[in-house]
Formats: sequence, C-alpha cells, structure tokens
Amino acid sequence: MDLAALLGVQVLYAIASLALISLGLAIIFGMMKVINLAHGEFLMLGGYAAIEANRFGLNIWIAILVVAPIVVGAIGVVVERTIIRWLYGRIIDTMLATWGLSLFLVGLTTAIFGNTTVGLSAPLGSFEIGRYRMSAYTLFVIAVAVAALAGVLAALRYTRAGLIARGTMQNGAMAAALGVNPGRVYAVTFGVGAAITGLAGAVLAPVSGVFPSIGGAYVAKSFITVIGGGAAIVTGTTSASILFGAINQLATYATTPVFGEVALLGAAVVLIRVLPQGITGRFFRRSL
Amino acid sequence: MSGRDLLGLVVAGAAGLAVLILTPIYFELDTVLNLTVYMIMAVLALSLALVWGFGGILCFGQSAFFGLGAYTYAIAIINMGESTAPLLLSILVPALFAAALGYFIFYGRISDVYLGVITLTVTLILFNSINSTAGPEFHIGAARLGGFNGIPGIPPLNWPLQKDKPVDLQGMFYLSTASLIVVYFGLRALLASRFGHIIVGIRENERRAELLGYDPRAYKLATFVIGAALAGYAGCLFANWGAFVSPTIFGLAQSAQIIIWVIVGGRGALIGPILGCIGIQWLTAALGANAPTGAGGFAAVLGNAPLVLGAILIAFVLLVPKGLAPTLADLTGQRMRAR
Repeated sequence: MDLAALLGVQVLYAIASLALISLGLAIIFGMMKVINLAHGEFLMLGGYAAIEANRFGLNIWIAILVVAPIVVGAIGVVVERTIIRWLYGRIIDTMLATWGLSLFLVGLTTAIFGNTTVGLSAPLGSFEIGRYRMSAYTLFVIAVAVAALAGVLAALRYTRAGLIARGTMQNGAMAAALGVNPGRVYAVTFGVGAAITGLAGAVLAPVSGVFPSIGGAYVAKSFITVIGGGAAIVTGTTSASILFGAINQLATYATTPVFGEVALLGAAVVLIRVLPQGITGRFFRRSL
Repeated sequence: MSGRDLLGLVVAGAAGLAVLILTPIYFELDTVLNLTVYMIMAVLALSLALVWGFGGILCFGQSAFFGLGAYTYAIAIINMGESTAPLLLSILVPALFAAALGYFIFYGRISDVYLGVITLTVTLILFNSINSTAGPEFHIGAARLGGFNGIPGIPPLNWPLQKDKPVDLQGMFYLSTASLIVVYFGLRALLASRFGHIIVGIRENERRAELLGYDPRAYKLATFVIGAALAGYAGCLFANWGAFVSPTIFGLAQSAQIIIWVIVGGRGALIGPILGCIGIQWLTAALGANAPTGAGGFAAVLGNAPLVLGAILIAFVLLVPKGLAPTLADLTGQRMRAR
C-alpha cells in the first residue's frame, strides 16, 4: 500500500517534470511553428541563472521563481530578434540555426562555468509515506507544473494579450491590418516560451544539478512530448506528459532509469506512427 | 555530360590520386594518421550529402549509423578474429537498421520536420542505451560493451581472408583514401543513373514524381539505406583507425558535426561536403591545439570547438544558406557571364 502510494507520487512527479520541460517548447512550436533545438540549453540557462543568483545571496525561491524566467525570457527575446526572425517559414533552416545556437550556448557556458556539475540543495526537507520518506520538493515541482499549465491556459483563453497572440499566429497579415505589430507579438511569444523554459530549468536544478551539456538529456524528451501532444498547447502537453511520464516511471520502476527512457522514446516513435498529428490531432481537437 | 562536368571529374580524380600516392612519401606518419581520419570522415560526409543533398531527407541521426557500424565491427571482430565478415557486417547491420527505421518513417509518410526529430531521438536512444552498458554483464559473445568507457583494443583489419596479414597504419591511409575516391565516383555514377535522376526529381517535387508513377516511399527508403551503409562503412574504418569506439560517436555533437560539414561545403554537389568536412576538421584541430587545457580568456573561447562550430552553423544558415561550393560557383558563373 505504502509502496503503491510512493509509486503514485513518483509517477505524478514524472508527469509533472515532463510537462514542465515541454510547456515552453510547446508554446514556441505550437504557436510559432518554430522548432527550437536550443530548448535544452534554455533549460540549462534557467538552472544556471537560479544557481548564480542564489550564490550572490538571493533568496532561493526568488532565484528560482523570478530571476530564472526573467533572465531566460530576455535571452529568448534577443535570440528571436537576432536569429529566428529571419527564418520564419523556413522550418528546416530554423532547426539548423537553433542547433547551432545550442552548440554555441554549450560552448559558451563551458567556457564561463567550466565542465562540472553545480547544484542547489533542495529546500523543504522530506515527508513520510508510511515506511518511506520522500523529498517534499517533489510536491513543489508538481505544484509548479500544475500552476504553469493553468496559467498558460488562462492567459491564452481569457486575456487580451492571449487573444492577440492567437490571432497573430493564425493570420499575421490580418492581425497587422487590425493594428497589431506582428514582429513584436512574435518576439514576446518567443520570450514567454523561453521564460517558462527557464523556470522549468530552475525548478529542476535542485533535483538534477546543472552542467553545460545537460540540455541533451532534456531536449529529446520535450520534443517527443510536444510532437506526441499535437497542435493544442496545454491539452496536448498535458495528455502526452501523462502518457509518456507514466510509461517512463513504470518502466523505470520495473527495470532501470535508462531503460525507462528507452521505453519512453520507443513509445513516442510508435505513437507518432499511429497518430502523426499527435494526440490532439485526433482527440480533444477543439481544445487549446 | 557537359565538358565542364567532365573536366571537374578528371580534376577530382587526379587530385584524389595525387593525395593517395604523394602523401605518404612527403609527410610524416602523424600527418598521415591525421589525414586518414579526414578521409574517413569525408566518406561519412558523403553519405549525408547523398541522403540530404540529393534525396532531400534531412537525417539528423547519420551518426547513429556511423556508430552502429563502428560497434558492429568492434563486436564482430573481437568474436571472430578475422576481419572479412566483420567488415561486411558493419555495412549490413546499419543498412538493415536503416531499412527498418526508414520503413517506419517513409511508409508512415512522416513529414520532414518530424523526420529530423525522430532520427535525432533514435540517436539519443542508442547513445543512452550503449552508455549504460558499463557492467560486465553486458557483453555480446567475447566482446564487452563497456558502456561509457567504450571498447578499447579493437583488432585491425586484415587482408581479405588472410588473418595473419593485418593492415598497417600506412595501409589504413591507402584504404581510406581509396575508399573516399571510390565512394565519390560511385555516387557520381549513381546520381547520373536513372535512380539518381528519380531521387532528385522526388526531392524537387514529390507529388509530381508520384503522379508520374514513381513510388517516392521506396526511392527514399533506398536512398536512406544506401546512406546508412556508407556511414556504417565509415564507422568500421573509424573503429580501425583509433582501435577504439565509445558512445560519443552516437552523440549529439557528432551528429551536428556531420550536418555542419554538409552545410558549410554546400548541398547539391558532392565535392562541397568533402571540402567542408576536411576544412572544419582541420579548423577544430587547429583551434584545439592553440588552447592548452586551463587556458583562460580569448584562447579558451577560440579553443572551444562547440562554441565555434555553433557560431559557424548559425552564420551559414543565416548568411550562406547554400554553402560555400555552390555560392562560389554562382559567383564565378556570374562573373563569367558578365564578361
């Protein structure tokens, strides 16, 4: 019984972390049709931003929840204005350029921070499930994931900015005719996607530690979550995270973490073959 | 074939033969060793040049086939001791793997973008799984997989079916260079053939080729498999060259490097990726040599291969999207017409 509860929390955690690392990518891919292969590096930068801010004496919660998203969001806007905006509509070239950006950022952070793992001690202590102890930070990660998903959904559906963003993505020329500056909307959308990615990287930093090439561990998982989810940003990310997160954690429990990931990636390849448009290409089609 | 093409072929052949014959006479053994790996990587670059440049299939995981070839050779030769069958297996296994994967991709009609992501994912799966096989319980026959430590001490190739006549270092150079020349001319012949015209036609307009009665799925699959076989062969040579393989040859950095060679050299011509490959490798080696470990400041930045490679990739996509060889050809062509 205790074991089942423990496993349940672990599965929830796997789902939450998957949703968290994929949400920013889903915004950038789902709304702008830009494949950002530097996504993993945005996560890594979020982790470094939080750790560095904490090292300079900032409160750990402010470092994770405020500094990291702002820093990475700003980097995102710069990247959009300097690289991405020349490449709209050339989806393959965007992939290549952002892959270049990914290598560049890995190289840059290696030069600055060195090729070592730095960490942030997880706050909050631990709690007990029957005979087992578990880090309370796990619950915090789950809460942040739920809050981020709800926040993005609410922003897209109920705010004016969300409406403008959705309209611009659907028909940029029409939005421009109505007085919206599409360039600015693109830059802000990319920035928001990057900021959420930075938040995710910072939230996960105490769990995994941070090193320059950590992005490689995240990028494939977040991509297949987004592609498996399909066009709808929040529903797609949530449903794909539930599916893949559960498969990953259960396979990990049955074998080893590595084969848990292999099971996740294998399941994703099968899913894309069966549902090329992702889960929301077939189900929940009118969702956001 | 026009006169200019013929001239190009003759020049390429003569240059290849000159490198093949003259290098070991005029250079020291360490230079020859370096050149050997350039030649091997150029074969790998050609495999992607075929798949991407002519087949229009953007494979982000060409290093998966390269690594698979290297591992297959290593495992097979440790078990068999004689290199003829391992060499063939190192071509066959990646080809079969590509056939299975490609069937999935092309017959599922997965779009270009997802193709890139799937091939990348497969590469990461291979990297992660091989990386985690460090324990002694992971072995195939007598060969321990070694996980992140790799497989050291791989026996070299020998003359076909003559176990006691191994190929020495200079022999490896001859073999690699000759392979590059043969692969280059083989691909030229392939592209000049009916098959070559069809795959280029499919790249240009898949729907039209299909309406004319060609099955793009089968042709793309065939191109993909040929590319994988070539990459596997390059992997076999590479495993020989260093007598060592480790999972990093599946890694993202390796995949990116192959793409960069082709982008920098230029798609749509075979000579471009060869030059791009050799140029970039020379550049990374030179940058690495200039930055002793622990160097700070400017040297550390320049000696940092990912940083420089990343900047090169971004710059080429933004500024020279066709790559060097076609851009230079365009420029000289314009100048000649202007006269």
